[in-house]
Amino acid sequence: MVSLANQSSNKRQPVGLPNTAQRSTPLTRIVKSIRKNGTLFLMALPGLALLFVFQYMPLPGIIIAFKNYRTSQGIFGSDWIGFKNFEYLFTTDTAVRITTNTLFLNAVFIITGLLASLTIALLLNEVRSRYLARVYQSSVFFPYFVSWVIVGYFGFAFLNGDSGLLNKWMTQAGLDTVSWYSAPKYWPYILTAAHIWKSAGYWSIIYLAGMMGINTEYYEAAQIDGASRWQQIWGITLPLLLPIILINILLSIGRIFYADFGLFYYVTRDSSMLYKTTDVIDTFVFRGLRSMGDFGMAAAAGLYQSVVGFVLIFVANWVVKRIDPEKSIF
Amino acid sequence: MGLLPNTVSTNYRRRGAITQATINVILIVVSFVFLLPLLLVISSSLTDEVTLARTGFSLIPEKISFDAYNFIRMDPGRIVNAYAVTITTTTIGTICGLLIMAMLAYALSRQDFAWRKPLSFFVIFTMLFHGGLIPTYILVTQTLHLKDSLLALIMPYLVVPWYVFLLRTYFITLPKELIESAKIDGASEWRVFFQIVIPLSTPALATVGLFCILMYWNDWWLPLLYIDSPNKFPLQYLLYSIQRSAEFLTTGEASAMLQTIQLPVQSMRMAMAVVAMGPIAIAFLALQRYFVRGMLVGSLKGE
Repeated sequence: MVSLANQSSNKRQPVGLPNTAQRSTPLTRIVKSIRKNGTLFLMALPGLALLFVFQYMPLPGIIIAFKNYRTSQGIFGSDWIGFKNFEYLFTTDTAVRITTNTLFLNAVFIITGLLASLTIALLLNEVRSRYLARVYQSSVFFPYFVSWVIVGYFGFAFLNGDSGLLNKWMTQAGLDTVSWYSAPKYWPYILTAAHIWKSAGYWSIIYLAGMMGINTEYYEAAQIDGASRWQQIWGITLPLLLPIILINILLSIGRIFYADFGLFYYVTRDSSMLYKTTDVIDTFVFRGLRSMGDFGMAAAAGLYQSVVGFVLIFVANWVVKRIDPEKSIF
Repeated sequence: MGLLPNTVSTNYRRRGAITQATINVILIVVSFVFLLPLLLVISSSLTDEVTLARTGFSLIPEKISFDAYNFIRMDPGRIVNAYAVTITTTTIGTICGLLIMAMLAYALSRQDFAWRKPLSFFVIFTMLFHGGLIPTYILVTQTLHLKDSLLALIMPYLVVPWYVFLLRTYFITLPKELIESAKIDGASEWRVFFQIVIPLSTPALATVGLFCILMYWNDWWLPLLYIDSPNKFPLQYLLYSIQRSAEFLTTGEASAMLQTIQLPVQSMRMAMAVVAMGPIAIAFLALQRYFVRGMLVGSLKGE
């Protein structure tokens, strides 16, 4: 104790510092290291514990996918049935439907979302008036703050059969009205529109920030050479933005097996007549839990999603890491 | 020679003016389209119910009526209760979550923390692989017994790995000398964290805090899974439930009282949506730039 006290008082004198470092025994260094790491570990502990409980403790439950789950018997007491749940899932057309819907719609979302947000960002970048630019930016960013439940209300105001605005417009234009919530063929478009509406503002802000970071000297040089605005966009803005765009696309591809549940559940009002085009893996798993009560098959679909999703995220991140190590998540 | 720059500049200016006008017109149309749904819902909530039934939803109310809002004000029980639940979960969740995440992020940000690497992986792994909905649901309801508890609305969101790394990135940028010199002066790790790191990190904490508030306020997922009792419905879930049922809006006594009166069901639904959206819309307008800053910390390099 005495020697420790001496050490710390010595430390205040710069000249004495090298001496004390030499004098400290391996034992005191180990004690110090444990004490230091111990406190930091203690700080990390609540967060780690919560992650352990909510992220790691469910993992053993994955075996439900291979069991005939009964609530009374619990996860470990239920009977093993091998790959029966998967067999059932993949022999009916369910797996094909939910997989193609998830992949197709997410792919459409990635492409249209990119085009919409890039266009908006390019337009915002051209606006000279700072004030107007802020007004436009707020208008397109606003939907990001609206929950999917309320988006469902917005959608209903447009689409409901009796009094929705869209049918009213169609009548005025001399067209036949459509009962939207039971006509699956229109929903890929409706969902795409809803997705763009909700997220284009967010992404356009990210791309706009990327554009503002581009050195203005490039544009000045291009102007001297007589390049038009279009040529500047194609020749300077977009190429320099390409790394950010590429990384965002890759990260979205990594998540392509996961659907945005809120969009597919609340905006469609969970209308079963639309499942043909709107049922995705996440809504299917949720229904397995909530209305069908078929935990085994829902868990099988969930595990299928987790495993394929893991591979995709892993590969996407590996590619991102090769492009820009700081952007990858691991 | 003297003429040339002049023509170029007028030419450029004129073309610039035309494109500015075009760009502004396009953006005005885009902004209008983006705000259209909001306009439609507000307008419907202010439309007289009979008119709404006769002519349908419209962007400008044909016959203005505050009935929907008056009915909500007459019997505000459910929405006030839902507000209380949402405010409770949002406040507790954001404060506790911020503290827990900041402590975790700080430990992981310290280069001299020996267990930094394995613990970072422990956090990252949760972003890569999930047990899935069914095992999580069984854990929360059967093992943790959190079904129909407000804790089920708070705890699962307390630690968001993505925000932990956002905070960690920020903490790494803090000058190491500050921490070193404080420790030489005898300050404990806790003191360094609470009296030096936290005060210096208010911008990052404010941004993550705002995202947490948004996450809790707009959450419909956890109540959809875990909440049964109507008195524990948060705002978003109340909206979801009144979208489904017809006799949603009033509690027992009030509906008996109102039986003879025609309830403005459709416009009331829309009015409820407006009332629920209000605070987040105001927060958005006031705090937008902080959100933007947070998004850019996450998506662009460095600070």
